[in-house]
Amino acid sequence: MKKSNNIPLSSERAVWLRQQKKRRISIKAWQWGLLIGLMVLWELAATLNWIDAFLVSQPSRIVGTLLNTSKNGLLTHIGVTLYETLTGFFLGVIFGLSISVLCWWSPFVSRVAEPYLVVLNSLPKIALGPVIILIAGAGTKAIIFMALAISLIVTVLEMLSGFHHTDAEIIKMAQTFGASRKQVLSTIVLPANLPTLFNSLKINIGLSLVGVIAGEFLVSKAGLGYLIVYGGQVFQMDLVMASVLILAAVAALMYQGVSFCQKLVSKRFGA
Amino acid sequence: MDMLRVKNAGFRYQAENGEVEAFRNITFSVPQGQFLSIVGPSGCGKSTLLSLIAGLLPRTSGTVEIGGEEAKGISPHIGYMLQRDNLLEWRTIWDNVLFGLEIRRAISDETIKRTEELLRTYGLYEFRNKYPRQLSGGMRQRVALIRTLAAGPDILLLDEAFSALDFQTRLTVTDDVYRILKAEKVTMLMVTHDIPEAVAMGDAVLILSARPAYVKEIYPIVFDEDRSPLSCRSDPRFSQYFSHIWKELREDEEVK
Repeated sequence: MKKSNNIPLSSERAVWLRQQKKRRISIKAWQWGLLIGLMVLWELAATLNWIDAFLVSQPSRIVGTLLNTSKNGLLTHIGVTLYETLTGFFLGVIFGLSISVLCWWSPFVSRVAEPYLVVLNSLPKIALGPVIILIAGAGTKAIIFMALAISLIVTVLEMLSGFHHTDAEIIKMAQTFGASRKQVLSTIVLPANLPTLFNSLKINIGLSLVGVIAGEFLVSKAGLGYLIVYGGQVFQMDLVMASVLILAAVAALMYQGVSFCQKLVSKRFGA
Repeated sequence: MDMLRVKNAGFRYQAENGEVEAFRNITFSVPQGQFLSIVGPSGCGKSTLLSLIAGLLPRTSGTVEIGGEEAKGISPHIGYMLQRDNLLEWRTIWDNVLFGLEIRRAISDETIKRTEELLRTYGLYEFRNKYPRQLSGGMRQRVALIRTLAAGPDILLLDEAFSALDFQTRLTVTDDVYRILKAEKVTMLMVTHDIPEAVAMGDAVLILSARPAYVKEIYPIVFDEDRSPLSCRSDPRFSQYFSHIWKELREDEEVK
């Protein structure tokens, strides 16, 4: 709300505005405070030997490891994971969108595919790991494949449900002007489902990361998943914790990236 | 001259639990520039009749003639207004009113000029860069009407076109739309369940029977030349027309 310059605020309004501001500040303070408090507590507990720092690590050692690893190629590991995740993510979006458009286009195909989609959706795709490795080879390709397998079906189901729920009366309106199926798709169904697409993208980031990390656990020579497995094998929990922390940061950044794109697109379409 | 002529039109369709005959032997005509209201008991297939005339559904028998020529498929001479305004929220008002022309690939200097003219005449030109959600319900309905008129229809089908509006907006929008349509000399066919609205706007009211529907009666409505849907509500003839149509409709509801 913009403050108007010539009309003085009523005292109730001023009090209300102050309360709102106080509340916002208090929420931010708690969010940061909680994080810092936990870190301090963790550090303290480890130093005072309440917990075994060898098993659960501690913030100062994580920072040390990060500085240490960054000298010997931490950025490469982050880069590899990022590359695999983004490739899997974009492939999942492109294929998912194409399949859902196909299913929308032909109700017959949609009905035929329905039981397959439902079963594939509930199947843990990681179980296909060995098959994927045999087909794609034990390397980056298999990992990207895994990310794709995990995010693809969810995208198809999410988008298809959005397409099917497009306002039927708006479609009828277009048909009264003689719109072809292609025109209905491009002028109504696709733009009407932009919000659905962005919701699906947000879910897919997490899913692609799951696929990539699982893939890196199985086969890899680099990447954050590799670092985690390696750290676990040589009992270097500092490395495991440091990698998990970076992973959290990567996930958060990618989520923010999608949110940012959503804002840009919404602005373009005035929503 | 009759702009629209429907002869012996019938429609049957296959449902899960058997064949349904929606209506049979529907015959009527609407002279150029006239307004025909269609009323009937609920579920008698009033909207189906409009879809059939527009060519959205294939009729199973009979003929539909538009401007003296038999209509096949979706006719470009027909404009269709549905219950809600169905504006596309992601498009500006200008892009919304051009929608029909865009679908028909009929955007040209001439049609753009005509659309601008329509927006100017009906007080929406300054709003052309706004988005639908920035407009009131009545204005949105006017935008939807201009979208339909921009495509240059000879016949306009109104399918309960005002039923999503609240009562007060509805009265003013009805007046508005009536004025616009009479000025543009469009032939109109309106389906409604609201008898006062049918009387207020129609030059005649067609009464359909219960399903399978046939034409019970085409009842001429005569008011003063300069009437408006709002002003004729206070004409003494209004209540006579109302009670006659009400009686006809109730007969059918009771038989059912």
